[in-house]
Order: sequence, then structure tokens, then C-alpha cells
Amino acid sequence: MKTKATLKIALAAGAMSLGLAHGALAQNTVKIGSVLSVTGPSSFLGEPEDKTLRLYVDKINAAGGVAGKKIELVIYDDGGDANKARTFATRLIEDDKVIAMVGGTTTGTTMAMVPVFEDAKVPFISLAGAIEVIDPVRKFVFKTPHTDKMACEKIFEDLKRRNLTKIGMISGTDGFGASMRAQCLKVAPTYGMQIVSDETYGPRDSDMTAQLTKIKNTAGVQAVVNPGFGQGPAIVTRNYAQLGMNNIPFYQSHGVASKSFIELAGAAAEGVRLPAAALLVGDKLPESDPQKKVVTEYKQTYESATKQPVSTFGGHAYDGLFILVEAMKRANSTDSQKIRDEIEKTKGFVGTGGIVNMSATDHLGLDLSAFRMLEIKNGDWSLVASGS
Amino acid sequence: MAEFLQFLISGLTVGAVYALVALGFTLIYNASGVVNFAQGEFVMLGGMVTVFASALGVPLPLAALVAIVVAMVIGLLLHRLAIEPARGASAVTLIIITIGASILLRGLAAIVFDKQFHKLPAFTGDTPVDLLGAAIQPQSFWVLGGAAVVVLALYVFLEHTLLGKAVLATAANRLAARLVGINTTTIMALAFGGSAAIGAIAGILVTPITLTSYDVGTLLALKGFAAAMLGGMGNPVGAVVGGLLLGLLEAFGAGYLSSTYKDAFAFLVILIVLFAAPQGLFGRRVVERV
Amino acid sequence: MRALMNQRFLTLAVLAVVIGILPFVFPSSYYFRVASLVWVSALAAIGLNILMGQAGQVSLGHAAFFGIGAYAVAIGPVHLGIPSWAALLLGAGLSALLAFLVGRPILRLKGHYLAIATLGLGVLVALVITTESRWTGGPDGMPVERLTLFGWRVSGSYTWYWVTGGLLLIGTWIALNLDDTPTGRAFRALHDSEVAAQVVGVDVARFKLQAFVIAAVYASLAGSALAFMNGFINPDQAGFLHSVELVTIVVLGGLGSVVGSIVGAAVLITLPQVLTVFHEYEHLLLGLIIIVSMIFMRSGIVPTLSSLFLRKARS
Repeated sequence: MKTKATLKIALAAGAMSLGLAHGALAQNTVKIGSVLSVTGPSSFLGEPEDKTLRLYVDKINAAGGVAGKKIELVIYDDGGDANKARTFATRLIEDDKVIAMVGGTTTGTTMAMVPVFEDAKVPFISLAGAIEVIDPVRKFVFKTPHTDKMACEKIFEDLKRRNLTKIGMISGTDGFGASMRAQCLKVAPTYGMQIVSDETYGPRDSDMTAQLTKIKNTAGVQAVVNPGFGQGPAIVTRNYAQLGMNNIPFYQSHGVASKSFIELAGAAAEGVRLPAAALLVGDKLPESDPQKKVVTEYKQTYESATKQPVSTFGGHAYDGLFILVEAMKRANSTDSQKIRDEIEKTKGFVGTGGIVNMSATDHLGLDLSAFRMLEIKNGDWSLVASGS
Repeated sequence: MAEFLQFLISGLTVGAVYALVALGFTLIYNASGVVNFAQGEFVMLGGMVTVFASALGVPLPLAALVAIVVAMVIGLLLHRLAIEPARGASAVTLIIITIGASILLRGLAAIVFDKQFHKLPAFTGDTPVDLLGAAIQPQSFWVLGGAAVVVLALYVFLEHTLLGKAVLATAANRLAARLVGINTTTIMALAFGGSAAIGAIAGILVTPITLTSYDVGTLLALKGFAAAMLGGMGNPVGAVVGGLLLGLLEAFGAGYLSSTYKDAFAFLVILIVLFAAPQGLFGRRVVERV
Repeated sequence: MRALMNQRFLTLAVLAVVIGILPFVFPSSYYFRVASLVWVSALAAIGLNILMGQAGQVSLGHAAFFGIGAYAVAIGPVHLGIPSWAALLLGAGLSALLAFLVGRPILRLKGHYLAIATLGLGVLVALVITTESRWTGGPDGMPVERLTLFGWRVSGSYTWYWVTGGLLLIGTWIALNLDDTPTGRAFRALHDSEVAAQVVGVDVARFKLQAFVIAAVYASLAGSALAFMNGFINPDQAGFLHSVELVTIVVLGGLGSVVGSIVGAAVLITLPQVLTVFHEYEHLLLGLIIIVSMIFMRSGIVPTLSSLFLRKARS
């Protein structure tokens, strides 16, 4: 008896609060869904994504919407939990009846949601990093961030140019770190790289001197690569300086591409290199750079609205939203299938992450040129001139 | 040798934090029989309040003091509003209440502060000290020294003050303590306030090394609980030894065995110790009365 | 005795009716998904409640068995080439075996020491799952092949609603019956006082081990069901936080109450879905609700409400 009552009350309350939150459905609105990790261990990714989507949907609506229709944005927070993400994905499809989705903060949550969107034939633009999201290509799944494989390739390219081939790796054991580590190990032989030391740390570890000491004492290490995101890489960088390893070139990944990394790592970050999107160095791009306008505008809008420094993570959400909006305009329809077809035809889209050229076999549409090699100098990002 | 020393100091530093969290567990457990899973949130509060107060321009020592006071107030409120009303409930019920409190405090911190990571400047600079070839952060000495001072102060309080003896009496036998006129409710409040302060101090000392954010508490509670059990629940000496041991196991495990399985190594040792000594290293044997 | 029989029958009948009626009030298949999640969590919680509520032994690592069940049906068909249904049984068997092997030394420990030992076991299993990515896909998880029974491919939230609902009914039936067997009585004696139980001739160690193995099998089956249902699995399901969630469900619903575990699961699974509209206040409210309900219903929702109900009925 009580089971039923409790369930019913809970469900009724859920339905009611939903009704209150979203208001009456008007004919001239169109719903776009999003499931993000706004809380939990990946909140530093999910939060800027959440803010970016809200900010720009309001802007689009203020300017009259898309093809005469206002966008209604439905965002759910999965807390980084893949099982929860899956449930919210079902909710977006079944209950909210969204026509498309821009979200999926981590690879774990994205992969859990993919079957839902594939089954429902609703386009899903993911904001997650790993290559497995779009390889193999799934009909309705796209993504905007550069893959971890590309990051490894960019780093190895730079190392090759500097004639450094023996590298030590220290990776986080979270999804991001583990996936990028695997990709780096895979592409290393192509670039003639030899991994001579391979250490890991837990995503919540607070001291990595033990692992770094092992790398330091491994004979012949010429450079160190740290695939990881969150606070881990900042601690690794500080421990790196503490152990006096600054004479060995040190590479971070695009997982730390926000100003807070420099703040957290402090002086220890000097000289660290990493592959990242042009967004971080918008003011240092030459006027001729096609991305200059987009990235400086996004940076200004985001920073003045949120009072927080811009990160590439929010940029991925910006790119996803506008790839979708452009596709909706071209399709001039709210039909999910037609929108999907148009997303796939995206060509020459200038985003914060690079210039996107999608195709039936490439649901990312970025090449290595989308990544810039940056070096941290005097507490700020700087572009590494090719050949140095 | 340099390598060994590097691992040793690294393990002791992390272990000192576990020890302080374990000490917080012990203090509350002794006074009230409650295993307080919100203990990690006190560490978070210590770091976060200090960060935000100093961002407002409050000098660091004063900001730290504010943080300790805030944590104590939260600790007292936790006792008054959540533990005291549930007096007499079973041990598991009380544990779930503290788990609820930890979710609530984390949610509150995410709103009041933010969800970003933050750091504090090291108290005496970042230039590493060279100790027989090992590079040590000066802050490590602050953590170790601070932990030692806290442990010593707690010892003096418990053994040499009347109030401290009342705490010990309550820990030994609550009913008997009440019979000799000790106000056990006050003692419990004291324990919550005190253990919140200890947690906050740990948070302030270690934030320059480990960084902090609204959700650092969960893992610290887990490790602190493990340390307290390894040493023997209810024994302050056990808590300190358990904490240091756990930190050392992790550091040496990562250094000499496998960095991926260092946590497994630590928990494996805990399991083996418990199989050999079911009351932990320093625990009392409790005889069940029928 | 007859009253007991009747009460048991009534509980099952009510549960069956609820499972049967809910589809008529559900507006969309999203609700079937949430309800299926409730049935799965309830199944795991009922098992854990046999260990905690009846035998009085805490486990803070129970998600480990949930994870073993889930990964068995993920790894079995892909890496070992065994059919899905066999992988499900293999997972349950593995969980039982692990519980049996580690149960004896672990269950010698008491109270909080038992809690930390089971927690350690849980951490070890979760760590292996996260690390051995060649088999498990690592921290990002791996896809699970759909369950196929006699050529019938089990998929869709509607189908899974009935499958998990049926599983829950069977699980509830077994748990209710266990209550009334000599084993169940021995469990309750354990819960009240181990020493007293021992004195009256209960083989304490054996019965504790039995409860542990039964609880492990329940969790493993629930894990397999979730993995099949999601078509995807990741290490979170085997982690510490999931263990804590299971314990919270059991205690919130009511220690020792089978219906309590179902109610507890319903509350804890649907709450985040309801609270999500409060955005950043979600966790604050969740914590508050847990605290307040435990203060006012300290023996759990179902036992407190039913004793209140009985008292009202008498007066």
C-alpha cells in the first residue's frame, strides 16, 4: 500500500514541479535538451558549459530565435553519474520531447546516453573528449572537443621537432587520463616515441612526488607528458618543480586548458607546454586568423556575464550550440532527422575550437591545425612558434 | 636513500592529514558513539573559508581563525540540530544522519562558495628544502608540526584538565559519567566543536599543498575512517598511528610497487591487520554483555 | 502462523498490484525507466537488508557484488564468448564464491570493524574494475550486449519494467519466506545478540556467512539486470558511493523490513529526479530530507509508519 502511495506522491510531485518549471508549451518554441555534469568531480567542465548554453540561448531568443521559433533549453545535472545521465537522457526524449541535444560532459556519461539518442533518432552533439564517441561513427552522435588522440599527436609532433624521443608519462586514472594515456601509447610508435616510464595517480590524490621521483630516477627520460584533468595536473606540476625537474621539458594536455590551471600551479607552471584551442590565446592571434573574431567575442561575452575566466570547456558548448543552430536554420525545420542531416553537412564553421568540416565519416570535423601548441610564460599563455 | 626519504616525507605529510581526520572521528565517537561521516566536510570548510576570507582581503592568520570558528559553529549546529534530536537512535541511523549532513554541507558549500578548485599560498614560501637529497616543500613541515601541536594540545587537555577528564569519563562509560554529575550533552557538544576545529586546522594546513574545493571531504572521510579503524576505534594514539601508517603505505606503495594499485595495497594491509587484530592496532577488546 | 502467512501473501499481492497498476498512470516511458531503476535498487537493497536488518551485519562495500554482476554480463559475451544468460549466472556464482571465501575472516569482525573491512573489499573490487581496462573498458566503462532469451531480445524500457518488476517480486517472495524459516529465525537471533544466539546453539559463523552470500547474490543479480537494461556499464556502479547509497536505502526504508527496502529505493531514486528542478539547491535539499526523515522516523520509514498506523487503529 505504502509503496504505491509514496511512489505516486513522488511521481506526482515530479510531474507538478516539472510543469511549474517549464510553463505551458507554446507553439512557436522548440526544445533543445542538455545533460551536463554541473556538480560532481567534473563540475569544472560542466559548470562553464551550463553557463555558456544558458547565456547564448537567452541571446538567441532576444534576437528573435531560430527561424522564427524561440529556443527552450532543458538542462539536467547528472552529477557525473553515468546511470543518472542515462535516465535524464530518457527524460529528455520521452518527457520533454527535445529535437536535439548538446551535452554529455564526460566520455562516461556520453557513452551511457548514446544508445538513447541513437534509438530515438535525435541528434546528440557531445562535449566529451575521447575519440570513442565518434569512432566508429554513429549516425546521430557528433562532438565538438578535439580528441585525446589528436592531443597526443600534437604533443608528439612538437617533441619530434625538438628531437626528444624518450618520454615518461604520468596519467590520471579518471576517464580522461586513462583514455588519453591509452591513445598516447597507441600512437607513440608512429612518431618514433619510446615510453620509458609509465606512472599513474588517482583523480583525488594530493601528492604525486612518489611517482615523479620514479620518473626522475628512470635513466634517459627526455620529456614528461601528463594526461589528466581537474586539480591533479596542477599538483603534478607543483611537485615537478618541487623535485627540481624543470630541466626536463614538461607537457600537459588540453584537459587543463583554463586560466585556473596557471593560478593553481603558480610559478611551477612556467615553461609547461600544452596543446589547446585558439580560445586561450585570442588576444595574441594575428588579425588575419579566421578564429580571431569568434574567440574574442565569446571570451568577452562569457567573462562579462559570469565574472569568471573563460575556459575551452565552455567553448565546446558554444560550438555545439551554434553548429546545431546553423543546422536548424539550413534545414528550416524542427525535424530531428533533417537537422541531423544538416549537422553532418557542416562546412567551414568557425568555432572556438577550430574550423569544423564534418562529413558522413567524420562527426568531429577538426584536424590537427585546430590545436595550437602553447607555452606558459610569465603566468600567461603564449603561442609556440612552429620550429622552436 | 634520497628516494626513500622523499617517499617517507610525502607519506608522513599526507598521513598527518589522515591522522587529524581520524582524531576527529575518535573524539566524536568517544563522546557520543557516533561515527561522523561529515568529518571530511570540516576539512573542506577549513580550507574553503580561509581561501574566501583571504580573497576578501582578510590577512591569512585571521582568515584561518575565522575558518576554525565557522567550522566549530557548524560542528555545534550539527550536534544540536541533527544528532541531539535523534538521541537514542541506533548507530546506523546516526551514521545515515551524518551522511545526510555531509551531502547537505557539500551542497551548501557549492552555493556559498563555488565549484572551482582553490589554493592558499604556502605559509613560508615555495622554495623546496634539500634534505639529504630529497626535496621537501616547507609547507610539509607546517603540516607535520601543526599536527603534532594539535595532538599534544589534545593530550594535555584530556589528561590534565577537569573538562578533559570528563570527556574521558564519558567515553569510558556514559551512564556512569552522568551518574557522577557530568553533563554528557555538553561533553558531546564539546566533542563536535573540538573535532570540527581539528578538521578545519587540517584543512588550512594542507590546502597550500593539495588545493581544495567544495567536495574534497568525501575521500578524506573515507581515508580518515580507515585510519581510525586501523589504529583501533576510540583510541586517540591509534588514530594518529593509523593515519601516519596509511599515508606511508600509500607513498611507499606508489613508489616501490605500483602507483595504480597503491590504494589497493593500503586497504589490503588494513584487511590483514584486522584479520590478525580484530580491534585494530590499539583498540580495546569489547566484551558483549547479554 | 496463519496470520503471518496472510500478511506475507498480502504484501506480495499489494506489490504485484502496484507493479501492475503503475503502467496505467505512467504518462511516458521515462517513468518506466525510473520505476525499473527503483525495482533494481530495491532488489539489491532487499538482499543487503537480509544481511543488515536480519543478521545485523553492516556492509559498506556491497556495490562490489553489484559491480561483479554487472561486469559479468558485460565481459562474458564479449571477451569469453559465453551467452548472456549464462554470464548472469556466472556473475551470481562468482559473487557467491567471493562472499563465501572472504566472508569467514571478514565476518569475525564486529560493528565498525566489519564496516571498514567490507569497505576495503569494495574499494579493491572497484579498483580492479577501473584499472584492468583491457577487460572492463576502464573508468569510462563498456557496452553490454542485449540479453537474448530463447531468441527473444530483451530491450526497451517497457519490457525491462516487467522483467525487473518480476525479479523484484521473486526477490521479495524469497526474502519474506526466509523470515519464517529456521535460518531466518537464526538471523534475527544474531541481530539481537550474537552471544545469546551462540549460547542457545546457533552456529553464528555459519549463519552470518549464509546471510552474506545471499546478500551478495541479490546484489549481483540486480547489477546484471541494470547492465542489461542500460546496455552500458561503468565502474561507478561498483564504487564506494553506490555502496553508501544502498546502505542509505536500507536504513531509510527500515532495517529488517522487506517492504521498507522497496520504499527506501523508491524515495532515494525518485528524489533526485524531483529535486533536479531546484538546480543548485538539489544536494542541499537531498541532505536535509535524509536528516529530517531519519530524525523523525529513526527506525526507518516503513516500521515507523506502520507502528503509528497500528497505534491509531487500536485507539
